[in-house]
Amino acid sequence: MLRVRGLTFDYPDGRRALDGVDLDVADGERVALLGPNGAGKTTLVLHLNGILTGRGHIEVDGVPVVRPRLAEIRQRVGVVFQDPDDQLFMPTVAADVGFGPANLGLTGEPLRRRVTEALEAVGMAAHADRPPHHLSFGQRRRVAVATVLAMRPRVLVLDEPSSNLDPAARRELAAILRGLRVTMLMVTHDLPYAWELCDRAVVLDAGRIAADGPIRDVLSDAPLLAAHRLELPYGYSVPPAT
Amino acid sequence: MTAGHPDALYVPGDSPVHRLPGEVKIVAVVLYVVTVVATPATEVAAFAGYAAPVAAVVIVSRLDPLPLARRALIEVPFLLLAVLLPFLSTGPRVEWLGLTLSEPGLWAAWNIVAKATLGVWAAVLLAATTDVTSLLTGLQRLRCPTVIVQIVTFMVRYVHVLLDEAHRMRIARLSRGDDPRFLWQVRATAAGFGALFLRAFERGERVYVAMLSRGYTGRMPVGAERPAARVREWAAGALLPATAVTIAVTATVA
Repeated sequence: MLRVRGLTFDYPDGRRALDGVDLDVADGERVALLGPNGAGKTTLVLHLNGILTGRGHIEVDGVPVVRPRLAEIRQRVGVVFQDPDDQLFMPTVAADVGFGPANLGLTGEPLRRRVTEALEAVGMAAHADRPPHHLSFGQRRRVAVATVLAMRPRVLVLDEPSSNLDPAARRELAAILRGLRVTMLMVTHDLPYAWELCDRAVVLDAGRIAADGPIRDVLSDAPLLAAHRLELPYGYSVPPAT
Repeated sequence: MTAGHPDALYVPGDSPVHRLPGEVKIVAVVLYVVTVVATPATEVAAFAGYAAPVAAVVIVSRLDPLPLARRALIEVPFLLLAVLLPFLSTGPRVEWLGLTLSEPGLWAAWNIVAKATLGVWAAVLLAATTDVTSLLTGLQRLRCPTVIVQIVTFMVRYVHVLLDEAHRMRIARLSRGDDPRFLWQVRATAAGFGALFLRAFERGERVYVAMLSRGYTGRMPVGAERPAARVREWAAGALLPATAVTIAVTATVA
């Protein structure tokens, strides 16, 4: 589904952000992308839909991420950004969820159906006509997920989906994400959330893949976590596989 | 959250006036105001007539006139100028309660008072019965340049985000012992504006990236909008300017 080979990217000031990243994600897999702040996680995400272009090769569902095919790529890869206020910019929830599919050329009834379907998937259909700034933070995060689902992506990429959510909103979002039948790449340093929702974990540090394996193996490897500034919350532990 | 809220002027309701599409109400108000402004100040009866359709709209929209009147007070600074005109203008004088007033000055003052009041009331009614989204869709339908509509749309969406940020920054400043009196605050406030500008700029970049990620190519998609105004709705909206034009024609011909 997702294939990254030798991806290298330098920031404009010359610092290396990504240094030869190789990553494969199979269809239907849920992968947590873990790493400390500044590890290059968001930079990697912005390559997956061609916002940034580094050296190397990326393929999504068989389509290479190259300029002439960006429209297809951006339909296939849905990115939910960290701050829903960045993602929701239209006057109403429905207009915002419709923005992506409308860019794909949908209009009228099919567009309306697509919007309703996406809002129902995140339990926000009742709020379709409200302006985003009247919603709670957790609701805005759910609508942000809907804006991307409306494009029917093959890969759903979430950047810190649990950040700033209160415990109830966090649990509600987890329930929604677990119910989605889509390949998922979740960028986070909320390790319990990753453990709850993903099967596999990839650790990125200083622009390189430092570990890649079943999430239980990664989260139970205390020296590995410590080496990459990842920590489980106090009193929390993941038992190693027996 | 409510300070400077873009929807602050809108009074939710379900009257026939509320239900009219934005473009109809915008056109009606503009035509009404043009008619009022184009009427010579000497047609005193016509101005009395113009107040009637505005009063009718207040009744039909089932709005409480008191808060509307409070909003209409925004014209007071302009009226102060009008009050001075009869004293300052030249020309023939008239005596009134022992004061010597300029006759052209009196007419000029009346001109300002009558036209400003009617115009302000029409605008206040438009704002109170039309939410921001219908105003924006209305402007778009009326072929207002897309760039302008987009800028206003973004402004409406982000003004509260920025105000919240400014508010949080101010609280953080106060929490560190900043003196909230005006002159002492200027320096910190100015620095705050700089920081706020940078934040707004960075947010702009992030919003743009989020838009690109959803297939934005530089043109806003048409998408699913509210249905365009029907003939019946245009006819209903035309009542306001049509009444005004009838009054104007009757007054000038008679």
